[in-house]
Amino acid sequence: MTEIHALSGAYAVDALDDIERAQFERHLAECAECRAEVASLRSTAALLAETTATTPPEALRERVLSDITTVRPLPPAVGKGAAPRRRFRLAPLAAAAAVIAAVAAGGIVIADPFGEDTSQIQPTAVDQVLQAKDAERYTNTIDGSEATLVRSPSLNKAVLVTKNMAPPPDGKVYELWLDHKQVGMVPAGLMAEGGEQEILLEGDAATALGAGITVEPAGGSEEPTLPPVTLFAFEQA
Amino acid sequence: MESIRPTSSSGPSPEGPLETADLAQLLKLSGRGDESAFARLYDAMAARVFGLALRVVRDPAQAEEVAQESFLEIWRSSGRFDPDRGSAVSWLLTIVHRRAVDRVRSAEASSRRDTTYHDTNQPVAHDATAEAAQASLEARRVRGALASLTDAQRQAIELAYFGGYTHTEVASMLELPVGTAKTRIRDGLIRLRDAMGVGSA
Repeated sequence: MTEIHALSGAYAVDALDDIERAQFERHLAECAECRAEVASLRSTAALLAETTATTPPEALRERVLSDITTVRPLPPAVGKGAAPRRRFRLAPLAAAAAVIAAVAAGGIVIADPFGEDTSQIQPTAVDQVLQAKDAERYTNTIDGSEATLVRSPSLNKAVLVTKNMAPPPDGKVYELWLDHKQVGMVPAGLMAEGGEQEILLEGDAATALGAGITVEPAGGSEEPTLPPVTLFAFEQA
Repeated sequence: MESIRPTSSSGPSPEGPLETADLAQLLKLSGRGDESAFARLYDAMAARVFGLALRVVRDPAQAEEVAQESFLEIWRSSGRFDPDRGSAVSWLLTIVHRRAVDRVRSAEASSRRDTTYHDTNQPVAHDATAEAAQASLEARRVRGALASLTDAQRQAIELAYFGGYTHTEVASMLELPVGTAKTRIRDGLIRLRDAMGVGSA
């Protein structure tokens, strides 16, 4: 049994810190034995909840059933095969994001504890996100320019709003990324110009752990180039 | 997990206890936007979802928030539940547990962290909030299986799962060498799994 394998139990009960969890999830993607063990240990841990069952207040039911009328279920993950969409996971970037996440006092939103996130492209009006009731705003300033990422978990969308953004270097573009659990940075769109921009990110913003902007060759890249221009760590929805 | 049967819960009750396969079916229907299927899922799972959130975050108001957020997340991602990769109950409670743990860790500075191990580790069976669990035969089976663990294993699992502490924190709280707690958690879970006859799905 390797050292990393020994983390399966702690992983199954969410007793790893963010860095260890990222490491173990990379291992999980390649170790069928660990995946099976984690599944069985999670099922076991779930049994513990039998001993704490507590009837919730009646009002919770109404709130939950009211909530769901405003949220569209995600489509099933189709056509991606059994294997997660493998992405180069940028260790320094992930670590930095984890640190920011901790500082931001935010939680991590997960959609599918058994599986992978897949990109979903669904153009929606930028204004819908900007005006969403649950819109979260994350603003970073970069050398006098300002980048604000607005995310609406209920719409599963995010928009990047820039002010006074420096134009990308000649022959380069800005590329936007969403950081997904077990997947890493996934391309979320390109921004060819600086200045004042409003760009709708592609992909599942609600389940992303964070977002980032990098400078890439024209046409964009499949993997982010270091260092990033800026990173955003999302708070819990 | 085949042996799991939902405990009773508040609200309109479903037509009797739901089997695991039924929960998977309700998730599937929910993924297609079937709100009444989700209402049945809620009724089957609400006590376990809320009870777990309450046990971890301790504050009833926050536990309600965690439960509400979890159910919304469950609804949203219900179409992505894959029964080949685990049971519906396990999938649901994994979402709830992660959210509850995220909640307590993000409130790291709260007074909760100042309490000692002995203050925070009341035996589950004596938890006054767990009254609904008393009626569950399954809960009695789980307690029986927990009793088969060593004290060290049980303490480590309870601090990790119900306390929301990392294995490193658990090691410190139990005055163990770093690296020992994760082994106890794993060994304990494996023993519990085998005692309860849990399969991988």
